[in-house]
Amino acid sequence: MLPLISFRAIAPGMALAATACLLLLLDLLPTRGRKDHLAVVGLAGVVLSMILSLGLWGSDERAFNGMVRLDGFALFFNLVIGFATGLVLLLSIDYLRRQGMESGEFYILVLFSAVGMTLMAGAGDLIVIFLGLEVMSLSLYVLAGWFEGRLEAGEASMKYFLLGAFASGFFLYGIALIFGATGSTNLDRIAVAVAGGAARDPLLIIGFGLLVAGFGFKISSVPFHMWTADVYQGAPTSVTALIATGSKAAAFAALLRVLLSALRTVQPDWAVLFWGLAVLSMTAGNVVALAQQNIKRMLAYSSIAHAGYILVGVVAGGALGGGGVLFYLLVYTFTTAGAFGVILLLERDGREAVAVSDLAGLATRHPVLALTFSVFLLSLVGIPPTAGFVGKFYLFGAAVRTGYVWLAVIGVVNSAIAAYYYLRLIVFMYMREPEGSPTVLVPSLPAGLALAVALWGVVQLGVLPAPFLDLAQAAVIPLLR
Amino acid sequence: MEYVSLLMVFAVAAGVAGALMGIPLLIAPKRTSPAKQAPFECGKDPVAVAEGRFAIKFSTIAIFFIIFDIELLFVWPWATIYRTLGWFGFVEMMVFLGVLMLGFLYIWKKRGLEWE
Repeated sequence: MLPLISFRAIAPGMALAATACLLLLLDLLPTRGRKDHLAVVGLAGVVLSMILSLGLWGSDERAFNGMVRLDGFALFFNLVIGFATGLVLLLSIDYLRRQGMESGEFYILVLFSAVGMTLMAGAGDLIVIFLGLEVMSLSLYVLAGWFEGRLEAGEASMKYFLLGAFASGFFLYGIALIFGATGSTNLDRIAVAVAGGAARDPLLIIGFGLLVAGFGFKISSVPFHMWTADVYQGAPTSVTALIATGSKAAAFAALLRVLLSALRTVQPDWAVLFWGLAVLSMTAGNVVALAQQNIKRMLAYSSIAHAGYILVGVVAGGALGGGGVLFYLLVYTFTTAGAFGVILLLERDGREAVAVSDLAGLATRHPVLALTFSVFLLSLVGIPPTAGFVGKFYLFGAAVRTGYVWLAVIGVVNSAIAAYYYLRLIVFMYMREPEGSPTVLVPSLPAGLALAVALWGVVQLGVLPAPFLDLAQAAVIPLLR
Repeated sequence: MEYVSLLMVFAVAAGVAGALMGIPLLIAPKRTSPAKQAPFECGKDPVAVAEGRFAIKFSTIAIFFIIFDIELLFVWPWATIYRTLGWFGFVEMMVFLGVLMLGFLYIWKKRGLEWE
């Protein structure tokens, strides 16, 4: 007997996959050497996928024998992933040509990694989560080493691949042990088994620990963060933005679904574990970021710290904490894609300007860009009226309301520490005189469009957050039933 | 009784293999050379050190092989229940094969199959 097949449930992901296949064909056609049209078609696929997600809003189904779920949670993440992928495509067009690394495969791989991300967001089974994880990661391993011939690109790709393969191994072994303890890889059936007493099974506890190691790697939480700085530095800046936003959002989606729908009955037990991970990630990320002189490395440690902030919402759990996590991931996507987008436009002496000192005097020569970058940085610090403030407010507010007051206090203290290194960039832009040859802005229309969208997101979510927060909280409800 | 047909398969397989080995032994002329006496290993020197180097091209070929390997893995069970699946199964399989062929076309056009 055939399982029930519902193409509705995977429509957003299928739109992306079909677009990627179309791009494979288009790439084979002889062209004048430019690949812009591939990015445009890819962007159309991303927009189509987001429209499908919006059209399916409100549905709540299980398909393919419970392997895939179509609910508000998956659809919300599809939108986040769509924004991340679309912004990255726009940012890449001129950037790749400037670096002499333009190629159709780049856009194809970006789309395939987005397919993996949507699969993770809609997975109802540990095996599907793993499948999505691999589709996403394999594309990202290649993309991280896109600038072949550069030492740091090789380092980034190699480190990401070796450590990622290792993390996948942990993840898969965890799935095997959980299957041994509960008799299923389906999240619903695991939930039943856990409520029925399997929670005390050491197999389940060890398996869950291994699963956390796999997720921890993808969300770059301390102590699984060692790859982050090197990969973020060596990868093309637009790919760094994708790793920091899309892949992180997808990993958080799968993690939240496992925790909230399969392991909700034992929340006090895992909350302790994530309490520790959150504090470690926030503190280690922020403290190490203080010492960085390379902006991409600094943003890498900042992204570790932000994984910690988001884990605060995971610890709080429920509709409040979960909604906070979803909202923050949306905010973080706009903010981080925007910040990396600004860096990717800067050049000094014909090379990418990634040192903090390269920013000196930027405000006098390129006031609009400096102002845009400042808004993104203020959002990363969490200063009103930017989106970052609202996001952090909801995360820490959820922690306080669920009784994790100390966690919220540590989070606020960490935000204060983080302000130093973000504001240092603003100080460099506005108050320092440049030395040597000037840092120039390389104009790019698509990248400008991406920055405008990101800026809109940061301002919109900061000034009028309520409708989006309602959406985020409604999206978590299906998991709690 | 129901395993008799299985036994027959074994018997035929053993018979064919035995004939292929045995008949040449009896009637074929025997002209040996060092190359013929060596164990067969795809034209490579059968004795080599473990840390020897080999062309990276072999690994790409190995990956291309997966296209056809996986294809068979899915087509085989599909063929056994083809009638139960009907048109739906047919279309699904054509979509699957289409995606595979897309990959094949891509490899071909990107000169992945040329050795030099």
